[in-house]
Order: sequence, then C-alpha cells, then structure tokens
Amino acid sequence: MTEEQPKKRMPRRRRQQRLMLAALIVPALTGAIGLAVIAIGQSQVYFYPPRDLPSPSELDGRTVRLGGMVVEGSIEQGLETDTSFRVTDYVETVTVVTNDMLPGLFGDNQGVVVQGTLAADGTFIAARVMAKHDENYMPAEVADALEESGRLEEYKKKGLVEQDR
Amino acid sequence: MKMLAFLANPDRFRRLTGPALPVTGLLATGLVLVGAVWALGFSPDDQVQGEAVKIMYVHVPAAWMAMAAYAFIAVASLIGYVWRHSLADVAAREAALPGFVFTLLALVTGSIWGRITWGVWWDWDARMTSMLALLFIYAGYMALWRAIENEGQAARAAALLAMVGAINLPIIKFSVDFWETLHQKASVIRADGPSMPASMLWPLAIMALGYTAFFAFHVMLRMHTVILEKRREARARPARAASTATISHPASDGSPSGEHA
Repeated sequence: MTEEQPKKRMPRRRRQQRLMLAALIVPALTGAIGLAVIAIGQSQVYFYPPRDLPSPSELDGRTVRLGGMVVEGSIEQGLETDTSFRVTDYVETVTVVTNDMLPGLFGDNQGVVVQGTLAADGTFIAARVMAKHDENYMPAEVADALEESGRLEEYKKKGLVEQDR
Repeated sequence: MKMLAFLANPDRFRRLTGPALPVTGLLATGLVLVGAVWALGFSPDDQVQGEAVKIMYVHVPAAWMAMAAYAFIAVASLIGYVWRHSLADVAAREAALPGFVFTLLALVTGSIWGRITWGVWWDWDARMTSMLALLFIYAGYMALWRAIENEGQAARAAALLAMVGAINLPIIKFSVDFWETLHQKASVIRADGPSMPASMLWPLAIMALGYTAFFAFHVMLRMHTVILEKRREARARPARAASTATISHPASDGSPSGEHA
C-alpha cells in the first residue's frame, strides 16, 4: 500500500509518460513477436494438400505431411497387408498406404492428415494417420433423418467447401 | 476513468462487490451442475464423434475462459501500470491461477478428445502450440510476481509481461484460420453463426456462463481476502516513528508489539 502516499503529489505528467511508454513499448514488442510468428508460420507447412505435394525427387525421402479428404469407397483394409486409401483435395488425389492404427473418426469423406514419406511411384507411405474433424456438429439422429431424405451429402459438401478454403 | 478511480478505493470495492460474492458463487455451482447434467444426460451424440462430443462441454468453456482470464489480466495490468491502482494489480495477480487452471483443463481434455477422434494425444499444430504457450505465459507471470520481493516493482514487471503476452490471444483465436491445423476451425464464435445445433449450444452456453461466474467469484473473493490481509498487517505493524524510540525490543515487555501502535 505504498502507492497511497505519492498518489496525491504524483504529477499528471508522470502518468502520461507511463501511458506513452506502455503505448510505445507494448505494441512494439507485440508487433515484433507477431511478425516473427507470422514469418515462422509462412515458412512452415503443417501439411501439404495433394495439389501442393512436391514430387518424390524433390522430397528425397523426407518425412512430410499430407492432408485432405478420404475418397469415398477408396479404403481397402487388408487383413495381412497394409491399409490403403486415397486422399483428395478435389484437384489432385494421392494414394496412401499405411500399417498404422486407424483413428476413431477415420472413414469415407472424412478429413485426414497423414505423416510419412513419398515413394518413387507417387504412393505415400504413412507412418501415422490422424483423422481431422471439421467445425460442423450434428446430432446423430438429425444426420440419420437427413440421410433418409437424401440431403446429408449436400450438407456435408457445404462443410467440405468451407474447409478447403 | 472516473469509474476506475471510484473502484480503486478498497473499502468502496468491498462494499460494492460484497453482495456479488454469494450471487456469483451460487450461480457458478448451479450453472455448472445444470450444464453438466444437461450435457451428459440430455444433449445428443454427434454423428461422427459419437459420445466423445461430451468432452466439448468441458473443453470449450475452459479454453474460452483461459483466454478471457488472460484478457482480464492484460486490461487490469494496463490500468495498474498506467494509473497505479494497486487494486488493479491485485485483480490481475489473482486472476492468473484460475486462468492457468482453465488452460491446463483445456489442454488435458483436448488431449483426451484428440486421442479418441484424431488418434493422437498431441500434435504440434498452431492451435495446440499457441495454447501451450499460453500455459507457459501464465506460469511465467505467476513466477515473476513471486520472484520480486518489492510488491510495486513486481506489479510493474508482471504488468509489462502480461501486456506483451496478450499478442498470444489473437494468435490462438486465429491460428486455425491463418494456418492449416489438425484442430478444427471455430464452431461457435464465427462469422456465419454457430455450426452447431441448439441442442448442443444450450448446455455449452450454460457451462460457459457457469465457468465465468466461478472466475468472477474466485477473483473477487481473493481480492477481498488480500484487502483484509493487508489491513491486518498494517494494523499489526507498529507506526514508523514510534518504532525507533519505544519498540526497539518488541518482545521485552511481554506484550504483543501491535499494542504499542
């Protein structure tokens, strides 16, 4: 409570000086941090959509990530062999092979992020498969009702367009 | 600003917020109970997530409050820094612990949800990394308060840290729009309105209000406690002029030193 005493004789100028100081230093520092974060963000790619995936020779065996939608009906789950499916961004499509456990949300028309290497023949060998959830929530019963009326795909597509943006 | 100066008086603050203590406390308990029962018992399962969607009712309000508490700290810090209202410094300091806990809760519940739906506990995408940074900023902020003994200096240093750290808030919020992330985009606070049905939105809103009431309750209660503690300390401390003359050996006459003051 040492603030009480000097408060009365604290000149207006000092308060304004502090306000100026805060108004200069804080935006300068935050701006610097913000720019650094944006710069890092631009140089780092979290995942490539299939259309941006570099060629096998460019990647040269490096581990990268590929993200997109699982093409409907493309999942082939082998008993002894690896699982394969195709990932698309509605421009390009890449075939993915994996022996990783498949997550709960994995399925047709669901978003997926896979991590692995690109083989010379253009097949993506995924060591890790992660499912991606979109921002749309829908009660299971509503989804069933929509499916019955044949409008579920239309609704889903709307979500997909959003996500691809 | 008039309002701020008005509230900066500890007595006035206690008088004005005193009645709000039981109200926010009861609201917090009631709303979280109603929200939890509604969310767990009566809200629908999601078509793709199934029952895992229930985690959202704990996770999303926790993440919101983690950011709201930080915004509160940043604003209180600015007021404390520029206008030297020591009560604003106290408000900022006491909001840090609940903010830290909300952040931790959001990270832990998000991790569990991620294991179920994405298939991984953790991934270094922009949303998760920026949220982890928030946890560390909270920890650093609390540590800084404790590291500097002089309360005024500690308040100033912590205020600067809090204000600069506020840059992380827009980074967290827009991380899912700036960058490709594993985390989905916003479902509730977004331009086109919520992409969530009312049957899920209601319990979520009630939980969020309950969390907010709890935060208000905690911060006000701590502020009251600090004000009373300081008053007691001030009363127990002998007056400065007298201390050199008569109370050089406080315990020698067998009575508590406070009696002399």
